[in-house]
Amino acid sequence: MNAVPQYDSLKFNEIAVKLRTFRQEILSNNLANSDTPGFKARDIRFADVLKAQMEGTLPSMEVSMATTHSGHIAGKITKDDPRLLYRVPNQPAKDGNTVDSDVELSEFTKNSVMTEAALGFLSGTLRGRMSAITGQAS
Amino acid sequence: MSLLAAFNIGASGLSAQAMRLNVTASNIANAESVSGPDGRPYRARQVEFSALMKPGSPGAGVAVSSIVESDAPLRMEYRPGHPKANASGYVEMPNVNPVEEMVNMISASRSYQMNIEAMNVSRQLMLKTLDLGR
Repeated sequence: MNAVPQYDSLKFNEIAVKLRTFRQEILSNNLANSDTPGFKARDIRFADVLKAQMEGTLPSMEVSMATTHSGHIAGKITKDDPRLLYRVPNQPAKDGNTVDSDVELSEFTKNSVMTEAALGFLSGTLRGRMSAITGQAS
Repeated sequence: MSLLAAFNIGASGLSAQAMRLNVTASNIANAESVSGPDGRPYRARQVEFSALMKPGSPGAGVAVSSIVESDAPLRMEYRPGHPKANASGYVEMPNVNPVEEMVNMISASRSYQMNIEAMNVSRQLMLKTLDLGR
């Protein structure tokens, strides 16, 4: 058994970039709502979600009802994204808001550096494929 | 397109915080306004933020849902010579608390800066994405 799972590098990097930008969206939503009463800061557990996404084991967001009669309508509800978790606040706030701007800003900066790295890896993979196709070093 | 969404979320934060700054400026400017269009003293205003939700995304930013007037008691000031003075010589003054307003202003400007920072970073990442494979 391999200690490191073998993934297609193009697919892996694509999903990594997508997830990083998704997390960027979550974190900027947290920052924008740093003064909204009752707002709960959210985040994903990046490594777990990336692994689940690569292996296709992500739980579905849709819940449908069983139709036991021909006249039944198949109701469908979209539930909350199962990847999104709630951040545990360091300090309680009186208005129920759990956004700690310092934590969110540092996570945001960290995530943006990681996004840049992921984009670099994807770019390198693409360049590698290009030089394999054209037979010329790009 | 998550980065574009992050950019829009930052923009929603900017407009909400700008509205809050606006209301604070209005409160400070009217701290001594003994009568408004309805002939009553000015009452301090406060914005109410609410999180925007969009199905299929972690959130769509923030918006000002309403602007509420404070129902704190009006400040009574003893000015017998004032045209608005009542029988015992007191004038009803606005219930604006300058300390509260200054704190609100500083908090709003900090949040505004934070949103600008987030937008700047998203912009850089979008440009970097455009350069992919080059």
